[in-house]
Amino acid sequence: MSELLRLDGVRKSFGDHVVLREVDLTVEPGQCVVLIGASGSGKSTLLRCVNLLEVVDDGVITFEGRDITDPRVDGDEVRSQMGLVFQSYNLFPHLDVIGNVTMALRLVHGVGADEARTRGTAMLERVGLAAKAQARPDDLSGGQQQRVAIARALVANPRLMLLDEVTSALDPELVGEVLDLLTDLKAEGVTMLLNTHEMGFARDVADQVCFLHDGRIHERGRPEQVLGDPREERTRTFLSRIRAS
Amino acid sequence: MLKTPRRAARRHLAVVTVASAAIALSACAPTDEADSGSDSGSGTSESSESEAPAADECTPDAMQTVADGTLTIATDDPAFEPWFVDNDPTNGKGYESAVAYAVAEQLGYTQDQVAWVKVPFNKVVQPGPKDFDFDVNQVSITEARRKAVDFSSGYYDVVQALITNKGSAIDGATSIADLADAKLGAQVGTTSYTAITDQIQPSVDPAVFDTNDQAVQALKNGQIDGIVVDLPTAYFMTAVQLDDGVIVGQLPLPDGEPEQFGAVLAKDSPLTDCVSSAVDTLREDGVLDQIGQEWLAQQGAPELS
Amino acid sequence: MTDQVDTAWQPSGVQRERDEWRRRRTIRSAAIAAGSTLLLLVVVGGVVVSSPGWERVKETYFDWDKAVSSFPAVLEGLWLNIRVMALCAVLIVALSLTIAVMRTIRGPVAFPLRLVGTAYVDIFRGLPLLLVIFLLGFGGPALSLSGLPTSALFWGCAALVLSYSAYVAEVFRAGIESVHPSQRLAGRSLGLTYGQTLRHVVLPQAWRRVIPPLMNDLVSLQKDSGLIAVLGVVDAIRAAQIETAIDFNYTPYVVAGFLFCCLTIPMARLTDRYARRKGYHGAGGHL
Repeated sequence: MSELLRLDGVRKSFGDHVVLREVDLTVEPGQCVVLIGASGSGKSTLLRCVNLLEVVDDGVITFEGRDITDPRVDGDEVRSQMGLVFQSYNLFPHLDVIGNVTMALRLVHGVGADEARTRGTAMLERVGLAAKAQARPDDLSGGQQQRVAIARALVANPRLMLLDEVTSALDPELVGEVLDLLTDLKAEGVTMLLNTHEMGFARDVADQVCFLHDGRIHERGRPEQVLGDPREERTRTFLSRIRAS
Repeated sequence: MLKTPRRAARRHLAVVTVASAAIALSACAPTDEADSGSDSGSGTSESSESEAPAADECTPDAMQTVADGTLTIATDDPAFEPWFVDNDPTNGKGYESAVAYAVAEQLGYTQDQVAWVKVPFNKVVQPGPKDFDFDVNQVSITEARRKAVDFSSGYYDVVQALITNKGSAIDGATSIADLADAKLGAQVGTTSYTAITDQIQPSVDPAVFDTNDQAVQALKNGQIDGIVVDLPTAYFMTAVQLDDGVIVGQLPLPDGEPEQFGAVLAKDSPLTDCVSSAVDTLREDGVLDQIGQEWLAQQGAPELS
Repeated sequence: MTDQVDTAWQPSGVQRERDEWRRRRTIRSAAIAAGSTLLLLVVVGGVVVSSPGWERVKETYFDWDKAVSSFPAVLEGLWLNIRVMALCAVLIVALSLTIAVMRTIRGPVAFPLRLVGTAYVDIFRGLPLLLVIFLLGFGGPALSLSGLPTSALFWGCAALVLSYSAYVAEVFRAGIESVHPSQRLAGRSLGLTYGQTLRHVVLPQAWRRVIPPLMNDLVSLQKDSGLIAVLGVVDAIRAAQIETAIDFNYTPYVVAGFLFCCLTIPMARLTDRYARRKGYHGAGGHL
């Protein structure tokens, strides 16, 4: 199989509330797959299941040919091969920016302190924040913090980047700088699975758009098709509501 | 515009609060006690009265006791042997219990007219009003204590002794010099403690305990080498409380002056003269010796040089 | 978000008037406050000093000569308090952190650990400190366990450590549980193990949040360190008591109290200043 990530019949519920019913999804290497759907539709839960931060109730997730939902798999090791970026950045407030970025390199990937610093600084340059290496997260704007979060997730060269509505918490004028960064990453060939409400970005960058509704992928396809001329009634309703707001 | 009346009201409130606080403070200024207000720290001790009170002043009717018609005597809890027996002062057994009842009889109180209360040693020698008429608890008469309380005449000549466990570092010491490195213990605020710091002066700081029982516990645990305590109590401790206790010896009298136990009364108590003269009478009549022979079987202990 | 510094602007006449009025009023308020406080102190002081019992209170509690003569003994006792506090504080932090972590580990496998941690906290918060001191201080050596020292100081410190760790463990646990779960998620998502997340992400944030209650416990420990005096060691309060017993002048107690305050107040102020400078107080609201 050439696919990087594959979900088969993934099911997840919290108590009586079923969030993911039967999700099938495939992500090829270098692809950018965008998930859209209403709030509460399970997009974040899906990403967390892929990242093994949640345990699925049923179904199989295959990553690089391995069944990572097998309980015998070392979750930490799998997670170190992925990068997850949160909506609320979740930077570590007690460390400065470079400390945030290099932590995983030092503790998980066994990189020495000097090399970690070099790579971290290079990554910060890539996201345009090399000057802020010594700053505290609290001193940065939302857009800057999110870019640091992306740098933190990216610095260990993960095979798969998971991005959970990374621009939803930002002021409109800061959204652009983050989306630009993501566009660059796509151009470099980073494999991404992301949730977003930014339809413009999805149309420009995504290889595949999946509409998540009622715990299932209701419709999937090329962005021009799903976003421009959706086949399903529900998809159309959802998109019209998004555009109207 | 709206703020001015409110601000003025707040200021008035502040002034009133300050004024009433000042008044309240002056109202609770300490009242002076009748005569001791002018006493400063260097009060000369009152020596025992030169004239004995008249016989009819020291009767249950005339004496201003804490409870009318009853003589209230205090001691500690637990009450140590051989001064008391079975921690029960009312049975009249033990040296101090016997002396107390003898004094009561001398003053005209029958046995049922005697009531006992328990007061810790440390509290007894503090200045301040007392809940008892007099206290018997192996309290040595000292000048310093006279500033705080009254004493009757002495009813027992005290000798300080040193006890230890058999086979300890100081077992077999014959002189003060042998105790130079010993870790000794005593009850806080006692003349036994002063004996350690002034007479023995070991190089190791002594351990200080709230009660003699705790000192005994520490000795049993080997946390201290020895305890200094009065001789009869030393007998009791080594015979009964300690498994391997032994008396090392008795300490020489400081400056050659005999230390005495006396009954403790509140400072300037009206009963002091009566109680003192009662004790004096008992001594003259040989009653104290009799009681001593019954309860304090002293074989004596070697004196440490 | 860089603002351009506008060097050309000067305040207008209206604004200058306003500033002037505000300045005058501030000065007047400050003067009134200072003046009235001073007046109050003078009045209170005057009332106290002129009251009839003042002489006796002064010589009983504020006798300068007695203070000077008892100072060395009390200071030496205080040195014991300081040493006990310093040693016990280090041990308490170590033990209480362990207990707190034990109580917060999730997962069914850790149930025995959680049980032990909870039982420990319940028992040692249930037992009064003085009781533990008696139990261990007098009862411990009585067991005559070979290899364990019998010194009262050892057992007294052990009692303090065991008792205080229960309270401080709860403080740490509160700190740990106050760190937002998203922080833990962020750590795990990077591939950190549970232990690494705890050590590098959660605990550094947790202890900074609980600095005020920790300082509270440290100050409390400083005072409770004197309780081991019941075992025979002479601390500042016992030393004061011995001095007092000589002539019933209670000034040594005042001296001891003054010295304790001299220890506590700078410690507390220093910690506040350090925390403020490091920004710990403001670090909480971010996520």
